[in-house]
Amino acid sequence: MTVFSELLIIGVSLGSVYALIALGFVIIFKSTEVVNFAHASLLLAGGYAAVQAREHMPFWLALLAGVVAAALLGVALEFLVIRRYRGRDHSVLAIVTIGLDIVLLTELARQIGPDIFSYRDPWGSRLIELGSLTIPQTRVAALITAAALIGIFLLAFRFTSWGVSMRAAAEHRETAALMGIRLGWVSASAWAVAGALAAVAALFLSVFPTTGLDRDTGLVALKAFPAAIIGGLDSTTGALVGGLVVGITEAMATGYQNDLSFLGSGIGELAPYLVMVLVLLARPAGLFGTRELSRV
Amino acid sequence: MGAAALRVQGLSAGYGPVRALSGVTVEVPEGAVTAVLGGNGAGKSTLLRAISGTLRFHGGAITAGTVEFGGRRLDGRAPARIVAAGIVQVPEGRQVFARMTVADNLRAGSLGAAGGRAAERRARERVLELFPVLAERARQRAGLLSGGEQQMLAMGRALMAAPRLLLLDEPSLGLAPMMAARIADTVREINSQGTSVLLVEQNAALALKVATHAVVLENGAVALSGTASELAASDEVRRRYLGVGHEAGSEDTAAGAAVFAAHADGAPPTLRRWSA
Ligand SMILES: Nc1ncnc2c1ncn2[C@@H]1O[C@H](COP(=O)(O)OP(=O)(O)OP(=O)(O)O)[C@@H](O)[C@H]1O
Ligand SMILES: [Mg+2]
Repeated sequence: MTVFSELLIIGVSLGSVYALIALGFVIIFKSTEVVNFAHASLLLAGGYAAVQAREHMPFWLALLAGVVAAALLGVALEFLVIRRYRGRDHSVLAIVTIGLDIVLLTELARQIGPDIFSYRDPWGSRLIELGSLTIPQTRVAALITAAALIGIFLLAFRFTSWGVSMRAAAEHRETAALMGIRLGWVSASAWAVAGALAAVAALFLSVFPTTGLDRDTGLVALKAFPAAIIGGLDSTTGALVGGLVVGITEAMATGYQNDLSFLGSGIGELAPYLVMVLVLLARPAGLFGTRELSRV
Repeated sequence: MGAAALRVQGLSAGYGPVRALSGVTVEVPEGAVTAVLGGNGAGKSTLLRAISGTLRFHGGAITAGTVEFGGRRLDGRAPARIVAAGIVQVPEGRQVFARMTVADNLRAGSLGAAGGRAAERRARERVLELFPVLAERARQRAGLLSGGEQQMLAMGRALMAAPRLLLLDEPSLGLAPMMAARIADTVREINSQGTSVLLVEQNAALALKVATHAVVLENGAVALSGTASELAASDEVRRRYLGVGHEAGSEDTAAGAAVFAAHADGAPPTLRRWSA
């Protein structure tokens, strides 16, 4: 029971980090109708900017620098590339983002090289005792931070003018334009928010028990794709639920790997994708989605 | 005539190779209701899209001519600039944001307006006075409203930007006669409060009762124009759009009249069977 509870907390914590990534992915899709395959490199860029900044400044400032850098990179991609393809077929845009991803990842991999960078974060490898449970501090920090950011995001999405323009544009771009909503501004802000959230996620994907940020950190972020797809590409609620499903599945499958050995090793990595396939078989638009991927 | 609030001159527009408007000239005098009549595909919606700057959402563009409002050129401007200049369009088919609440729909309508919170509150008061049902349904999702209520929401949402000119694309479409008449009354009331209106309608009888001036579009060009009473009295309009004359009685809507007229010359037999 103790093991189960620990795994559950770790799973929820991991899941909330995936949810941060998936949320960015979903708001880009909602506001620009782009399936952003460059999301992983956006995340890696934010993380790399933060660990570089960490050489010169305290942790929190460095994290902020990473967040700002990823947000600006997101806006730059939207403004310099995605905007040029406005009105084209969605599959063209998706392929454009694959191209962007390759360019960015190649450049980042060249910069990062074989090194592993540490955030030298305030939590280190310390553990927290909660009754009979023992959990890394980083997992608790991740959970609290992600929950706070998601809460702020959802409140803003629901109550601010920015949120109203995002939702209006997501529902019908032309009608939103008829209201005088600036669609360019809406999509640029979506890319900025997505970049910022991804940069925070990069931190929590790189701290203990992981050794640090390396050029493969972006690959870990790919697990947010099944999270977004499970939830439904155009649903913010879906991104949260999908993130949790993926996080908990991964933690459980990894934790009980020995009992699942008949499925082969590494099942923890694979499990999220299995869940995704099962969900899509039952509900092609994802749990909360309204649009199927094939209709994108 | 007084200062023309909106002046569309020699406007041509198309969707790629499809020519939808050729050399259309329309004036909407300040403070008036001007109607645009015409059958399916005549170019009415295209004209409104050209004015509101939304042709590009349909792969279309203005190819010649100008749109001026209060002396300022608006053709080629972004929709947000046109809203800021005081022109707001209610699209064909209402297009309320179905997954948002009625209150959020109204809020979306105020996002393009200058004037901040105070102006928004004043606009909301005016809209809720005009459409009290929207206050009752404020927390409900717009998609759950009836067709007539959605039309009221679409108009209310547009009024949230406190426009000087309101563009309406077939507001009576799909509504029962009672509701259509109510919408017509509302258009009059909006106009009497100082907003000019450009009203696109297939329901010519209704439009000519509300409007002071009207133009008839046919195949993307202006076929007739004049005061509403002149047009209502003209044989051409009576026969083709008001369903009066020897064809009368067999069709109940103006749209039907136009379509039947088109089919009369050499429609294939299958079509005749369809329409029988
Ligand atoms: N997106 C589009 N792409 C290509 N052609 C179009 C498009 N929209 C309209 N058209 C064409 O342009 C012409 C004018 O269409 P428009 O929608 O302006 O007519 P309308 O008068 O509003 O008709 P209705 O009463 O049926 O709404 C038609 O021939 C139509 O087929
Ligand atoms: Mg039309």
